[in-house]
Amino acid sequence: MNEIALSAIIRNLLEGAAWTLGLSLTAFVLGGIAGLILLFARIAKNPLPRRLAQAYIEVFQGTPLLMQLFIIFFGGSLIGLEVSPWIAAALGLTLFTSAYLGEIWRGCVESVPKGQWEASASLALTHVEQMRHVILPQALRIAIAPTVGFSVQVVKGTAVTSIIGFVELTKTGSMLANATFQPFLVFGLVALGYFALCYPLSAYSRVLERKIHGSRAH
Amino acid sequence: MSYQFDFVAVFDYSSVLLAGTAHTLLLTTVGAVAGLGIGILGAVSRAWQIKPFDRIFAVYVELIRNTPFLIQLFFIYFGLPSLGFRLDEWQAAILAVIINLGAYTTEIVRAGIEATPRGQIEAAESLAMTRPQIFRHVVLPPALAKVWPAICSQMVIVMLGTSVCSQIAAEELTFAANFIQSRNFRAFETYFIVTVIYFVLAVAVRQLLTQAGLRLLGRRAR
Repeated sequence: MNEIALSAIIRNLLEGAAWTLGLSLTAFVLGGIAGLILLFARIAKNPLPRRLAQAYIEVFQGTPLLMQLFIIFFGGSLIGLEVSPWIAAALGLTLFTSAYLGEIWRGCVESVPKGQWEASASLALTHVEQMRHVILPQALRIAIAPTVGFSVQVVKGTAVTSIIGFVELTKTGSMLANATFQPFLVFGLVALGYFALCYPLSAYSRVLERKIHGSRAH
Repeated sequence: MSYQFDFVAVFDYSSVLLAGTAHTLLLTTVGAVAGLGIGILGAVSRAWQIKPFDRIFAVYVELIRNTPFLIQLFFIYFGLPSLGFRLDEWQAAILAVIINLGAYTTEIVRAGIEATPRGQIEAAESLAMTRPQIFRHVVLPPALAKVWPAICSQMVIVMLGTSVCSQIAAEELTFAANFIQSRNFRAFETYFIVTVIYFVLAVAVRQLLTQAGLRLLGRRAR
């Protein structure tokens, strides 16, 4: 009888959860940097970077994350790069995250009232100065709540990387379910793990949203 | 030696691709219709605080929105049989899609319902309309129209998300891709073409839903 104790299951799942957390943080930080570049391309005066950024966003929002991961995983080996599941997962999630964050942040910049642009232009500020001193500080305030809200999607997105063999919480769960023949318990615990990671973020984003709406009412 | 791309090798299996596409669309359609139904029920329970359903839906929404779809699918397909609740891969996939989309549409539609001006409900009450009548004729159509773009986006996201149903061997489009690349050993070409198919589907589904919204809900559903 190959009985695996509950404590061993939980210890393994916690280890998997650490990888999920690590991957989420990596994708969120790198995706945030790439998303910022996309944002500037998307609101540039020149139409070429605008179109390119828009196409990038449409492609990544219009195809499954799983397919993006497969293409990176198998495409990399075609051009002679040995792509490990970790690299493919981090790169795929970073690209996915950047597309969504770029689009969310563009919405925030565009929701800054037109009058702010006009007022700063009438003070003879250059485009860069307008951005730096007037538009971005206000857009940032609006952006915090939806950005925290989106981080939940990043954490949940990491589950898909288990399919290309990256051993995080979901993959650990699958392996444990096969080893213990207790899928109900194991996947229940896995779900609980994701909930513990995601719920605080969801709740915090709601609090932030309420705060912004509250201060706007005055 | 450089790699020779061979995209034609994928189209030798075009009937497999076609069947997979049809199954993905079917899964999405059933999920979308039933999910929207659950969403409307959940939204009205939450917005009008119909006890005890408002609490039940609140817990349901939080549980589903804070866990990955893949885990919901695994839980239903692998976990539920130990409670004596055995589903085949299609039943599990459809159930998972419905449950997942239902949670998101509950939140989306609720926002629409809560944006109904009080005066409209009072006006309807003064016409002696019953509560179900008010909901059916006064509250729901403009609420749906207001949030229709968000509903369309969510349905597209769910359609793309069904690609993980291949993991429980539901033979949808991604399963077809896995099958084809295991036969022709052209993994990159196969996944590339299937990704293009998904992209076309996403654009088409969004167009179709937007048009349907305009038809059924009027000009406000933009």
